[in-house]
Amino acid sequence: MDPVIELDGLEVRFGQRPILKRLSAALTGRCIGLLGPNGAGKSTLLNTLLGFHKPCAGTARILGRDIRTSARAIRALVGFMPENDAFIAGMTGVHMVRLMAELSGLPPEAALERAHEAFFYVGLGEVRYRQLGTYSLGMKQSAKLAQAIVHGPKLVFLDEPTNGLDPPARLRMIQLIQEISGRGDLHLILSSHLLRDVEECCDQVLILKDGAIAAFCNLEEERRSNRRFLELETRGGSNGDFLQAIEKLGCQSAIGAQGRIKLILPEGLELRRLYEVAAAQNVQIRRLNRKRDSLEDIFLKAMEAPGGRL
Amino acid sequence: MAVYKKTYRPYDGPLTPSWRRLLVIPRYAFQDLHRSRFLTVFYIATFLYPLICALLIYVQHNASALRVFNAEAAQHLISVNVVFFLSLLGWQSMLALFMAAFVGPGLVSPDLAGNALSLYLARPFSRVEYVFGKMSVLAILLSLMTWVPGLLLFLLQGYLEGWGWMSANARIAGGIFFGAWIWILVLALLALALSAWVKWKPAAGALMFGVFFVAAAFGATVDAVQRTRWGHLVQISDLIGQIWVYLFEGPNPTTNGAVFFRVTQGEELPLWCCWSALIALCLVCLYMLARKIRGVEVMR
Repeated sequence: MDPVIELDGLEVRFGQRPILKRLSAALTGRCIGLLGPNGAGKSTLLNTLLGFHKPCAGTARILGRDIRTSARAIRALVGFMPENDAFIAGMTGVHMVRLMAELSGLPPEAALERAHEAFFYVGLGEVRYRQLGTYSLGMKQSAKLAQAIVHGPKLVFLDEPTNGLDPPARLRMIQLIQEISGRGDLHLILSSHLLRDVEECCDQVLILKDGAIAAFCNLEEERRSNRRFLELETRGGSNGDFLQAIEKLGCQSAIGAQGRIKLILPEGLELRRLYEVAAAQNVQIRRLNRKRDSLEDIFLKAMEAPGGRL
Repeated sequence: MAVYKKTYRPYDGPLTPSWRRLLVIPRYAFQDLHRSRFLTVFYIATFLYPLICALLIYVQHNASALRVFNAEAAQHLISVNVVFFLSLLGWQSMLALFMAAFVGPGLVSPDLAGNALSLYLARPFSRVEYVFGKMSVLAILLSLMTWVPGLLLFLLQGYLEGWGWMSANARIAGGIFFGAWIWILVLALLALALSAWVKWKPAAGALMFGVFFVAAAFGATVDAVQRTRWGHLVQISDLIGQIWVYLFEGPNPTTNGAVFFRVTQGEELPLWCCWSALIALCLVCLYMLARKIRGVEVMR
């Protein structure tokens, strides 16, 4: 699959201060998460990809176009939802979104139609004629999403889309992101410091720390492998005999902390067989977890790793 | 598709060419301005002086109209010459300053105050196009107040007086056109730069007047205290007035400038100083705009 974003030794400095340090990666996912603590360089990376900052070394390619030479062409393909409040005071919601659609090249009639559609889509249909200055924080976030998707971009940058939202508004935003991502006709880059947001929406995650890549994780593959990975807590019988028995079924096993058994199931083996073997060995399976490393584990390891890289 | 179908769909329709997107900003700005009754009335009122001038030109060339009022002698009181057109430009340019101070800050300040620049500039739309689009609003408004009526009156006078007058006074037409454009450029740059810098509409408007009137008072004080003429360097109206005189009359002027833009005889600065000061002012404004009109503001 062609990479959506290709970072090629990208380096950005503000004055003498390095902000992004020679980033190199090829991101191919449908929804790609940018994860990192505050100040890790997530927003700077997005702003650089949009052409707001000039790289001092290296480059990046978005959908095959170089950010140094094709910034305008890239911006025609991209929608951007900035982190901070961004609105034109004194304008109604639908008026501003229409203006943004027209600036992206939509004819006035199409821009008006799509501005209304976008507002209904993000759940602001009833307040679209209200001035943006009177919107609540959640409404402003949704209006920013509306202007980011109004022109039908191929790639949408979402910078902290759930910032400051209450739980129902956050849930609604996450559902919208999942729905857009699930349609399959555009890619999303979700920058967040909230693990849960990224875990719920993304299939690939780039973890940044101090302007460098600390880890790159394909959540989709992780999830797939998690389906074959088990952690068991048992009682009674002998763990040694039980392990021998299940290894005969083709499982790879290891004893973890507190006597927990970690297993990787072979293809085609049904869980029922484990219970049958356990019953034969007089072992009770008291708990069975499918999860291997959660994104939180990966993130924490990346943050603790010396030099910030896993 | 009906708006109540709440699904996302990509856009696959036609796109407008880049040059048409430049017109989007002025179109929205004019819609916004049209909503202000005060500005609409003020703008209409600015055409009063050119209308009076047109009437004077017409009356001067129609003896029958003067006979109706028993005022044949009035024909000799009105002379349509350099002073006539310089006065027109002076009046209209002063009104243009007020117009720019009212309209200019409202063009940029709301975008900067609401952090909307990242929304504009994340689209296929550059900083230069943004500034150009905003400047074009002022350029169109102020053109209709200054050189457009000026040239129309020049053509009316030429039509009534004859081709000979028109060719003999062609320099006046050039002076009106280029003189007004220099003023418009200075006003537009200053209005945008100040409003980009202070981000608050009322403050930007007040600052605009301050640059003209407070600086003029400061310059006059410097002149008086230091017994010099270099205080005129900070008096924008004096600088532009001297340039106008040159544009209208060349190196041997017979007048000392337009109303509101007049320099006391003997205190004129060398012409290159006036040009340099105005160019420096424009460069400062461009620098201010380049610093402030950005997708994101960088804290170093």
